[in-house]
Amino acid sequence: MPHTLAEKILLAHCEADDVEPGDVVMVRCDVVMANDVSGPVAFRQLEKMGVSEVFDPAKVVMVADHFMPAKDARSAELQRRLKEWSRAKGVTFYDQGRGGIEHTLLCEEGWIVPGAVVAGGDSHTCTYGALGAFGTGLGSTDIAYCLAFGEFWQAVPSTIRVEFTGEKRGFVTGKDLILAVLAEIGCGGGTNAALEFVGDGADALSIDERLAVANMAVEAGAETGLFPADEKATAYLEGRTDRQWAPETSDPDAAFLQELRIDLAGLEPLVAMPHLPGNVVPLAEAAGTKVDQAYIGNCSNGTMTDLRQAAEVLRGHRVHPDCRLIVVPATQRIYREAMAEGLLDVFVEAGAIVSTPTCGACFGGGNGVLGAGERAVTTTNRNFKGRMGSPEAEVCLANAYVAAAAAVAGELVDPAGVLA
Amino acid sequence: MIIEGRAVVIPGADVDTDVMYPGQFLNIDDPEEMKPYLFEGFDPSLRDQLGDDAILVTGPNFGIGSSREHVPQEMKAWGVGAVVGPSFARIFRRNCVNLGLLVIESQEAADVARPGCRIRIDTDTGEIEVDGTLCSAAPVAPLVQEVQAAGGLVPHARSRVRP
Repeated sequence: MPHTLAEKILLAHCEADDVEPGDVVMVRCDVVMANDVSGPVAFRQLEKMGVSEVFDPAKVVMVADHFMPAKDARSAELQRRLKEWSRAKGVTFYDQGRGGIEHTLLCEEGWIVPGAVVAGGDSHTCTYGALGAFGTGLGSTDIAYCLAFGEFWQAVPSTIRVEFTGEKRGFVTGKDLILAVLAEIGCGGGTNAALEFVGDGADALSIDERLAVANMAVEAGAETGLFPADEKATAYLEGRTDRQWAPETSDPDAAFLQELRIDLAGLEPLVAMPHLPGNVVPLAEAAGTKVDQAYIGNCSNGTMTDLRQAAEVLRGHRVHPDCRLIVVPATQRIYREAMAEGLLDVFVEAGAIVSTPTCGACFGGGNGVLGAGERAVTTTNRNFKGRMGSPEAEVCLANAYVAAAAAVAGELVDPAGVLA
Repeated sequence: MIIEGRAVVIPGADVDTDVMYPGQFLNIDDPEEMKPYLFEGFDPSLRDQLGDDAILVTGPNFGIGSSREHVPQEMKAWGVGAVVGPSFARIFRRNCVNLGLLVIESQEAADVARPGCRIRIDTDTGEIEVDGTLCSAAPVAPLVQEVQAAGGLVPHARSRVRP
């Protein structure tokens, strides 16, 4: 029976002889991850389960990244508990100053390989699909169960195949590709499905851009968003990991729930307007929208690629007097690389602040949240009402070129105009 | 088991978990202390309508976004007996199952339910009645039924640890 990539990965991680969409199976995890928000809640549940040891400490990783550095005594306490628990159980722990934002970090550190199943206590665990791994976001009780037994229940998803064709134009990035998908299928269009990204346009994307695309699969409601591993994934993993993996793709005659084709040559920069990631319009339509803050960073778009794009726009420019700019490199490694490349200097000289890696303001945790009546343009993944602070604030999602250009102009503009 | 209660309607499509439990309160990990913040970014007055006989009736694609299980956890803490809606976001739905909060996908029930109407659910048969009208609901996979029947993943895990 022909299978999709998602089916193949799940089949290799469960006891069933065969699987089809809708089957609910117990799936074994190769990696279990949680953070300073989901971890401590999971530890309470684990205790209630009467389990004192984790199933395999080598497969468990904890990352302090959400309220990092601690915004108050309570969040400091969460991080202390995360650290103490990790030490007691003998699992890997990335503390402040030693890691960064979990999803970028785990890829960087070689935890993620194609074909792996990753259970993460964070909805953006689907980011690992960039490397062909079935990463999927779970709640804390699920994570507790994974910590105890190394498995979780999972409905085998159908697959929506997204084919990107052609070459993208200037100032169009991975962010715009996934926003284009959201514009097509909406915030519920991927429910009970996995997205699979293929085509010459997908092949041409760097791993950084694939991270941006896979990251927002959950915004379509999908279980994960997969890029079949190719030579770019191989090159990325080289020297990062000694975990075994083999490339896999969907069978040519596999059944897909839906097939989308997006022509990149016709794609322009897009913006998701408040208050839904699927509320997507062309940048040209949103031009002139005033912004009080621009925010470049987070688990979707805080990579070197994003920082280079932002610096390209900001070099020799100043942030508009009515606007603030926050730049958040996703990991310590990216932070240092950006420093070595002189990018941080470009940002600071332009009048931005550069933050330590953190989830921070993206989820309203601190470190640059918005006040009532304020509007931000961000490279983050969610623009729900109140997501970044006040329920009376607004968030527009866009790529790093667009966010940087908006910082300079004080409003949404075509980056080409700023660079001219 | 029969769960019976009064419909509390949460209007709108795509209601996300951020508005139902804003990020700034995620520094709380004790479920007891989370209670005052349920629906804080959406409609805090909804809390006044909760209580031991409340059954939430939602719009489509309910519970999108963050994996924070603070939302179903606190729905339970406020006495909500079940959540009924046409469709649910994946992680929200599984969090309900895992925490032993009954979650039922029923377009018909969501269509006919009005604020304050009576809802009766037979958890064994999956039948749902809204003011006496029998409504069809989406089937639930055996493994999910098993977790639900156990009262969630914690009791399910306990029976696995000490059968």
